[in-house]
Amino acid sequence: MQLLLNVENLVKRYAAGQSFGSREFLAALDGVSLSIQTATTLALVGESGSGKSTLALCVACLERPTSGSMWFDGRDVAALGEKQQRAVRPQIQLVFQDPANSLNSRLTALEIVAEPLIIQRRFDKQTRSKRACALLERVGIPAKKAGSRPDEFSGGQRQRLAIARALVLEPKLLILDEALSALDCSVQAQIANLLLELQASLRLTYLFITHDFAMAAHLADEIAVMDHGRIVELGAAEKLLRSPEHEATRCLLAATPRFHGAANLPEGL
Amino acid sequence: MRYLLRRMLHAVFLLFGVSILTFLFSTLAPGNYFDEMRLNPQIAPETVASLRAQYQLDRPLPVRYARWVNSVAHGQMGFSFAYNSPVGPLLWVRARNTLLLTLTATLLAWALALPLGIWSAASLGRLPDRALSWTTATLLVIPDLVLALGLLIMAVRSGWFPTGGMVSVGFESLSPLNKLRDIATHMTLPVVALVISALPMLVRHIRAALAEVLDAPFLRAAAGHGIPRRRLLYRYALRAAANPLISLLGFSLGTLVSGSLLVEVVMSWPGLGPLLLEAILARDLYVVIGGVLLSTIFLVGGNFLSDLLLLWADPRIRTEAGAE
Amino acid sequence: MRPLLQVQDLHVAYRSRTGEVCHALAGLSFDLGPGEILGVLGESGSGKSTLAASLLRLLPPNGIITGGRILFEGQDVLHARPREMEKLRGRRISLIFQEPSVALHPAMRVRDQVEEVLRAHEPLDFAARRNRTRQVLATLFSAEADRIANSYPHQLSGGQRQRVLVAQAIACGPSVVLADEPTASLDPTTQQEILTLFRTLRQALGLSMVLITHNPGLLARLADRVLVLYAGRAVEVGPAENVLASPQHPYTRALLQCVPPLDQKSQASRKAMLPVISGESPNLSVLVRGCPFEPRCPEKMEVCKSCDPAAVPLSEAHTVSCFKFPG
Repeated sequence: MQLLLNVENLVKRYAAGQSFGSREFLAALDGVSLSIQTATTLALVGESGSGKSTLALCVACLERPTSGSMWFDGRDVAALGEKQQRAVRPQIQLVFQDPANSLNSRLTALEIVAEPLIIQRRFDKQTRSKRACALLERVGIPAKKAGSRPDEFSGGQRQRLAIARALVLEPKLLILDEALSALDCSVQAQIANLLLELQASLRLTYLFITHDFAMAAHLADEIAVMDHGRIVELGAAEKLLRSPEHEATRCLLAATPRFHGAANLPEGL
Repeated sequence: MRYLLRRMLHAVFLLFGVSILTFLFSTLAPGNYFDEMRLNPQIAPETVASLRAQYQLDRPLPVRYARWVNSVAHGQMGFSFAYNSPVGPLLWVRARNTLLLTLTATLLAWALALPLGIWSAASLGRLPDRALSWTTATLLVIPDLVLALGLLIMAVRSGWFPTGGMVSVGFESLSPLNKLRDIATHMTLPVVALVISALPMLVRHIRAALAEVLDAPFLRAAAGHGIPRRRLLYRYALRAAANPLISLLGFSLGTLVSGSLLVEVVMSWPGLGPLLLEAILARDLYVVIGGVLLSTIFLVGGNFLSDLLLLWADPRIRTEAGAE
Repeated sequence: MRPLLQVQDLHVAYRSRTGEVCHALAGLSFDLGPGEILGVLGESGSGKSTLAASLLRLLPPNGIITGGRILFEGQDVLHARPREMEKLRGRRISLIFQEPSVALHPAMRVRDQVEEVLRAHEPLDFAARRNRTRQVLATLFSAEADRIANSYPHQLSGGQRQRVLVAQAIACGPSVVLADEPTASLDPTTQQEILTLFRTLRQALGLSMVLITHNPGLLARLADRVLVLYAGRAVEVGPAENVLASPQHPYTRALLQCVPPLDQKSQASRKAMLPVISGESPNLSVLVRGCPFEPRCPEKMEVCKSCDPAAVPLSEAHTVSCFKFPG
């Protein structure tokens, strides 16, 4: 199995306010290294402010890291120029947490899914329509709803729409930034199943960002725990659950709401 | 603090820029004050030429500008050919008259618009709101000119109000109280005209700003805490709607000097309007420039004031400004 | 002991401009005792937010309470005059809103916002109000109370804002607090802090709470009883341990199975398909005659389509509305 993504020592600093002369910097990412193998899922778990979203933006080539290297599909994308990076971006797609805000409410479902193809100037109008339709069906949106606008869909359906849009450019890596967090439990299960099914059939690689340890443990092959811009623990899901080493991991585990009986509480509670 | 200093510096640069542009455009416009004289066959060309030299109109542009800036610094603001006196004092007298009119009208308009706007927003969609919307829409359509003329006709026909000017004949001999009464009666119609033309826009803006806030989650949350409706409206809603309203106020203040030109001309109110009109037609260069500069000062000042008020009213802007 | 809050057969509907009627609550009944925390478990469309709004009669203009009774301390809430309702809200029953980032006035200091609630209900003078506010904020923020009191909402974190909402809710010493998804937008650790806070408040002030959420995990160690809401009806009500550990109603069972477990034993099922509830959430504009869960129920029977199941007591405190259980 080969590595699709390999990040080494990624640093991202933001200027945080300015007083006469000196500039204060905020290190959103403070030397992050991780790697994801093709067709697997890496879950990134952490509190808000730990740097998860910044990492997502850097990996998606939407933000330039201050330093560090990032190898995607064998190429060092962090060092590429703007034009070349634009060629890489279609292969890494994002799905966001709030489908209400990430979908253009003036377009129909079909238009939303076809839009990336139009922007990338691929295919002709008919082929685009066909591909968009096929994808909508694939993610479970019935054909009769292809002409509806986002506000006519439920939360789960909107998220399916967002996934369809992310898949239309046939990416290799899908970054899911808290994509399930705003959904109801039963809908989360449905979308999680959809993601698993798509991963199996399309050989997709996922970077699954969340603060829900339970879902992370269920969906991911490996879990990376982030705290204050660093990865403090990284390993297979079973190992982290059985014997978490770092304080941040233990805190997150303890804070995860659960109801499956008191017998399953990990040590320390 | 730095935020304010930056804004002030900005304003000063703007004023300089406007003065340069006005200077440029006025002198580039074809013709000058002495053209009429030149056309008069009775006046010798040498006389015209010497007059021009006397008024320095034959010097190069930058020199004239520099001299004008110097004159502004001394409060004289150049020289008026038509009135044969420095522009400064001339503008000042006229501006005072204009401000008397516009300040009164603006205060009155806001005093009326606020309760009307609040009432409209509080009864959104219901009869009072719909009636007010219809009225303001109708009033908006009436041009200022038609309004002013209409009022003038009414004054002439009914004889209730004087038909123009600021003071009656024999003003000097009146007692102080009667002097005030005299000015007041002369002011009434112009003020009415100005208020009617400003009111609809104000009411609509106030209504819109409040309506948006009345729908906000924090207002529903406050209602959920049992806070009485009246307090919700004044303490919560009005406070939150302050931003767009303060900007509107800045605009109102900014047009204090320039907004009444038409009404003044129609009703013969001796303000800046008629002066500027005359000066433009006669190519009285420095009066025009002085007038434009004064208008710009007010505009910039109005904006600056609303920036200050916004800083006071909106804590989010305050922290942003403080972080600089 | 008489229950503090009694809801009997509550029916609430929304009428859209096109005349369509959406039945948000269709015959909801439950009781709340003093010092009790009732967890209402419901997904979107189950009517949970309508419930919170109805209890305080804060429905939007197009929402109508079409039937039923709400009794608070014996007083009929549905027929109370507006002035009486204003006295009830925030003083005897208060509501903790869902989104802390928008539920606070952006241009008022925290201190003022809490004082406003006191001002509306308590006949205190300025100094006494100030004092009381300081006390309330001290219980919620301990060391930082003064700094928080002086701050504006945009200067606070999500968790801090949520605590301010709680401060507003308890300022006048209510007997019942309604919390509508109080931890929805918060981090797990902050979530736990807020839940612990609720537990402490219940102990210290004897508060009763109705905690509305879609996350069953939040109710496990906090709620005394759990009410499962589906299509505007209570399908199962009972002690929290019973309902969560051994759910009886097919919907409750299916819902709880959807949540991936966090224990080592079930790691073998990692990356396996989670059991889902088939079908779509119910269309509330159609008032069905039978059980609302019937179209999606894995254990449906003939009778389920034609009759609405009544609540059947399984034990003293546990009721289910399902034809599987003979009544």
